[in-house]
Amino acid sequence: MYEALFEMKNIYKSFQNNHVLKGVDFHVRPGEVHVLLGENGAGKSTLIKILTGAYSMDQGEIIWQGKHVQINSPIESMELGIATIYQELNVIPELTVYENIFLGRELKKGGKYSLLDRKAMIERAEELLIRLGQNPKLATTPLNKLGMGQQQLVEIAKALILDAKVLIMDEPTSSLSGGEVEQLYKIVDQLREEGIAIIFISHRLEEIRRLGNRITILRDGLSIETVDVATTDTDYWIELMVGRSLDEKFPKKDFTRGEVGFRIENFKVTADSPALNMDIHYGEIVGISGLVGAGRTEFARAIFGADKRHAGKIYIDGVEQNIQSPRQAIDAGIAFITEDRKSEGLLLDLPLDFNVCLANMKSFKGRGNLLSPAAMRNQAETYVQELKIRPSNIELHARNFSGGNQQKVVIAKWLCTKAKVFIFDEPTRGIDIGAKVEVYRLINRLVEEGALVVLISSDLPEILGMCDRVLVMNQGNITANLPIVEATQEAVMKAATLGA
Amino acid sequence: MSELTESVESVKSQGKEQFWKKLISKFGSLLALIILMIVLTIMSDRFLTVNNLTNIARQSSINALLAIGMLLPILTAGIDLSVGSILALSIMIMGVVSINLQMGPVVGIIACLAIGAGFGLLNGLLLTKLRLPHPFISTLGTMNIARGIALIITGAAPIAGFPYMIQFLGSEFAGPIPISFLLVIVVYTLFHIFLTRSQTGRYIYAIGGNKEAARLSGINVDRVLIIVYTISGFMAGLAGLVLVGRVNSAFPLAGLTYELDAIAAVIIGGASFFGGVGTVWGTLIGALIIAVLRNGLNLLNVSADFQMTVIGLVIIAAVYVDVLRQRKSKSN
Repeated sequence: MYEALFEMKNIYKSFQNNHVLKGVDFHVRPGEVHVLLGENGAGKSTLIKILTGAYSMDQGEIIWQGKHVQINSPIESMELGIATIYQELNVIPELTVYENIFLGRELKKGGKYSLLDRKAMIERAEELLIRLGQNPKLATTPLNKLGMGQQQLVEIAKALILDAKVLIMDEPTSSLSGGEVEQLYKIVDQLREEGIAIIFISHRLEEIRRLGNRITILRDGLSIETVDVATTDTDYWIELMVGRSLDEKFPKKDFTRGEVGFRIENFKVTADSPALNMDIHYGEIVGISGLVGAGRTEFARAIFGADKRHAGKIYIDGVEQNIQSPRQAIDAGIAFITEDRKSEGLLLDLPLDFNVCLANMKSFKGRGNLLSPAAMRNQAETYVQELKIRPSNIELHARNFSGGNQQKVVIAKWLCTKAKVFIFDEPTRGIDIGAKVEVYRLINRLVEEGALVVLISSDLPEILGMCDRVLVMNQGNITANLPIVEATQEAVMKAATLGA
Repeated sequence: MSELTESVESVKSQGKEQFWKKLISKFGSLLALIILMIVLTIMSDRFLTVNNLTNIARQSSINALLAIGMLLPILTAGIDLSVGSILALSIMIMGVVSINLQMGPVVGIIACLAIGAGFGLLNGLLLTKLRLPHPFISTLGTMNIARGIALIITGAAPIAGFPYMIQFLGSEFAGPIPISFLLVIVVYTLFHIFLTRSQTGRYIYAIGGNKEAARLSGINVDRVLIIVYTISGFMAGLAGLVLVGRVNSAFPLAGLTYELDAIAAVIIGGASFFGGVGTVWGTLIGALIIAVLRNGLNLLNVSADFQMTVIGLVIIAAVYVDVLRQRKSKSN
């Protein structure tokens, strides 16, 4: 009846003097996957929060199926039929699938104060699981027995039970393994056919190509353009997103390959895991690819001493290193840029300069063994300039920076330790394209200045675009060691998925 | 001072209202203390007298010493429930050593402080080596253990008649200023330097901010936690020494529920229960607010029962103001 399911027109929103949305238009049709694309800080999440009732807009109108509506609270949004799958899942691991699905809207045997109708809930849950292509028996399984992908399906089931007309998915594939991603794609396809509108937020352009119908591109709080996925090319999206054409997505530089600088020998993470060997030469970037759960992060954490390893030797420049703890790893010259910057990398409620100096505090000691705040500030200022950290206020708490800038703060922390070996674990996850390129340039610079770099990534184009050599991990083992010329998408995927 | 000028400069452009908001959020608890004192000055002519202020300084000092020790565990997102009991055990041991065993005041003082630090060390070891899930549990255990031993050693009898050297800290004055309050100033200054300028001090904030990130940045988290609880225990011993000086007696039920006043002072002083946030001077103001409030209510002849109620309300109000402030800064 109406072409648009809903329209958001001329939306404005500011926080004090910070104008986040400056007249955004966003029209969504039923039965489409509509991608919201934009760099961090472009206003995507603010727009979504207005739609879900978490924020109220300063100006603008929302038209839902032809009628003006006000969304003043999350409940009003939910009642319209808007559901959200957040990046961080909103489930209770100890409860079963059906209990999670019906959380807060339990079916009762009679009136409001009667007992729960377990049987009816389980039956409904089973129907939903079948609809989502799952084994109905899962209904009574606790969530902590399920993988990330299936937990996410429970969130989707929660939305379906509410009869959602709009499903917002915020980077839904960022923590899924390859098989789980495929499964999610199929479900998204199916929901679209059922007429549900899906608002899809993702930084992965291949994924947008695969799934999206239309894209609305936001930049600096403005809706720049809404384009059809089928008739536009990826470079055009990027151009709209960053406001200029990016010379190259992967600024790969070639350096002369030198001696082996970093060597891992007969390394066993646990007693029954396979023995791993790895040589990193000067002048090369070595990528470690593999599916989620292939054991890459576990390998890196054990090298760094974050977890105990079962056996194995670590050499830097031919000298064996005794590494049993992160402290010893840092003293040996190893830096580990962890996968999750919020929970493992940053002190979110402490200022930037403190975060930058944290791993190398002893070098800021002055008179009487006391720390010199001035020296710490200077060091932080230097990195703010060098890495273009914005905003350039070293007293600001880490929480207040965007994802890309937070990642730069983490990298600055490790630069500050004067490390020689840099292990990057998913360094560009969840950061926008402009910031990604900056991270890549920084990795180049490190290699140029004589660092040994390992790049763990689930983003295959990134591995293929930035590395000189690719190790593939599969079930805890290294199943391939490919020079970049032999590392095709097929070769890597084969090594990542076939029996180890 | 530099902080003040800085915040003045940074908000020049944002108008007066903003300036006051910032000032209040930075010096809010100090402001509360000043307002409280003005109100009490108006309500009672006995409040703003040298005599009474001396009294407040004396009364606040024991809680202030416990509170500054308590600040450290709270900064690491922990807690130390055992300080009141450790205080009691420390002074009982001091009494036994210096009086019953006649080993003299010096050995007695050393024993008092060593027992405090030793029990604190035990708290730290329980937390880090036995990996008990939360210090609430380990210190709840040692709270009962220490109190039990304090009662056992003399069969619950008090010990009195301490020599001058032991009484000195708690009973002497320099002019109108109690020595115990001078001790508080010295200790707080040392803690301020420790927490802001020493590596271990900064690590305490880091651990409270994000324990895992701290560990992966090469911080020996266990070692820092052990230091934290040892210092907290030591401060309980020191507070005990002051208490004995003031009342010239060691009794096994001394310091009962003192841990709660110490926690209240730290929280009123703006520290976060979730760790990583809190200052030495905030804690001092927190301890002073509690002391001034108690003193003022006494002057106004408010009963002790009602005083408890008021202090409870102040704790909730102080934390609520903090919650509002944080909610505001996060939504910006």
